[in-house]
Amino acid sequence: MRIVLSNASGQNIYEQIIDQIKDAIMKGDLNPGDALPSIRALARDLRISVVSTKRAYDELEAEAFIETIPGKGSFVATQDTALMREKRLHGIEVKLSEAVLEARLMGLAFDEIAQMLRILWEE
Amino acid sequence: MENALEIKSLRKDFKTFSLRDISFSLPKGYIMGFIGPNGAGKTTTLKLIMNLIAKDGGSIQAFGLDHVAYEREIKQRIGFVHDQPVYYEQLSIKQMTGLLRPFYECWDEGKYQDYIKRFDLNPAKKIKELSKGMKTKYSLALALSHGAELLIMDEPTSGLDPIFRRELLDILYEVIQLEENSILFSSHITSDLDRVADYITFLHGGQLIFSEEKDSLLTRFTLVKGGPEDLTQALKKDLIGFSQTPVGFEGLSSGRLSGTDLVQEAPSLEDIMFYYTKGRAYVK
Repeated sequence: MRIVLSNASGQNIYEQIIDQIKDAIMKGDLNPGDALPSIRALARDLRISVVSTKRAYDELEAEAFIETIPGKGSFVATQDTALMREKRLHGIEVKLSEAVLEARLMGLAFDEIAQMLRILWEE
Repeated sequence: MENALEIKSLRKDFKTFSLRDISFSLPKGYIMGFIGPNGAGKTTTLKLIMNLIAKDGGSIQAFGLDHVAYEREIKQRIGFVHDQPVYYEQLSIKQMTGLLRPFYECWDEGKYQDYIKRFDLNPAKKIKELSKGMKTKYSLALALSHGAELLIMDEPTSGLDPIFRRELLDILYEVIQLEENSILFSSHITSDLDRVADYITFLHGGQLIFSEEKDSLLTRFTLVKGGPEDLTQALKKDLIGFSQTPVGFEGLSSGRLSGTDLVQEAPSLEDIMFYYTKGRAYVK
C-alpha cells in the first residue's frame, strides 16, 4: 500500500488517507480481504496523530470500503464494483454539469466546450 | 471512553501566580500536547498531578483513581520525565539506577539496558558530567523501563538536538502502539507536537484557553493575511490577535471570514499560541 501525504495540499490529512485508500481499492491495488495496517501502526508510519488515522478508518468503514474485526484488524471489504462504478460515473456527471452550466452562462457554443474537453483529454 | 487522566477545576494559589479552574482529560491510548508560553502554569500542573506540590482545590484522577489517596499505586503506573531532573550528582548512572530500581515493582532490566544502549549513555559516567540532553535521555530511559502506562514529560525536547527530537517522536509512537498507553507532554516548541499529538491543551496566564482535538483545532482557526489598508478597525475587533508591518498584517481569526479576498489559510499550533498570547484583541 502506498500513502503519500502533503501538507501543502490544503486538504485534511484524514481526507488524504481516505482518498488514497479508496483509489487503491478502486484501481485494484488493494483487494477484498487484504489486511490494512493497524490504526496505530499507520499513525506511526505516516508520523501523524492516532486520531487522524482513526477518523480515516472510521469513515472508510462507514462507507463500507473496509471492515474492522475487533482483535484482528482492518481489512478491505468485498466491494460491489457495479455500484461503485455507478457512483463514480455520477460524480463525473455532477462535475460536468457544473462546467456546462458555467459555459451556458458565458454563452459558449457546444463545439467550443467540446473542443476544450478534447484538449484536456489529450493532455 | 476511559480516561488516563481527568482533571477537574484544579486550583493552586501562589503569591504572585495562580492556576485557576483547570479542567481537561486525556483519553486512554492517546497523546496530548500541553502548550503555552513560559510561565503559563504547565510545569505547575504537571507537579500537581504528581503531587509534588499540594493543590488548593479541584480533583485529579489518574486511571480513575484519586492522585493523593492512591499516590503509591499511581506512581508505579506513571513515567515522569522532569524538565530539570534531580539526581545525586556524584553518582554514576549505574549507581543511580541501582538506587532507584528497587522502588519499581515492574522494573524491566532488559528494556532499561536497551534504552541505555540506544541513547548512547555510558553507565560509568557521573550524573554531573551529563549534558542537559543526556540527563533527559537518562530520565526517559528510567521512565520507559518500569511498565508505565502514562508517560508525563515536562519539556522533554528542550536541550535536545533535532536528530534526537525525531528519535523521541519515534519512541512516542512505539509507546502508543499499545492501546493501554497514553502520553502527556508539555512543550513550547510546538512543531514537535504538530505531528504526533491527538489532543492539545493550551494554558495561558494560569488559565485554560482550550483543550481539544488537534485536527478540529487546526480547522477551527484561520490565519488571515492582507495589506496594510485591509486591517480595518472592525477587522481588528474580529481578530484574536494580529501583528502589523508597513507592508501588511497577519492575524488569527476563529473561523473563516466571508466576503473578503484576504488570504486565509490553516494556522500552525505556533500561530495559534502566538496570537492568543500576544493578541491585543484578546478577550476571554
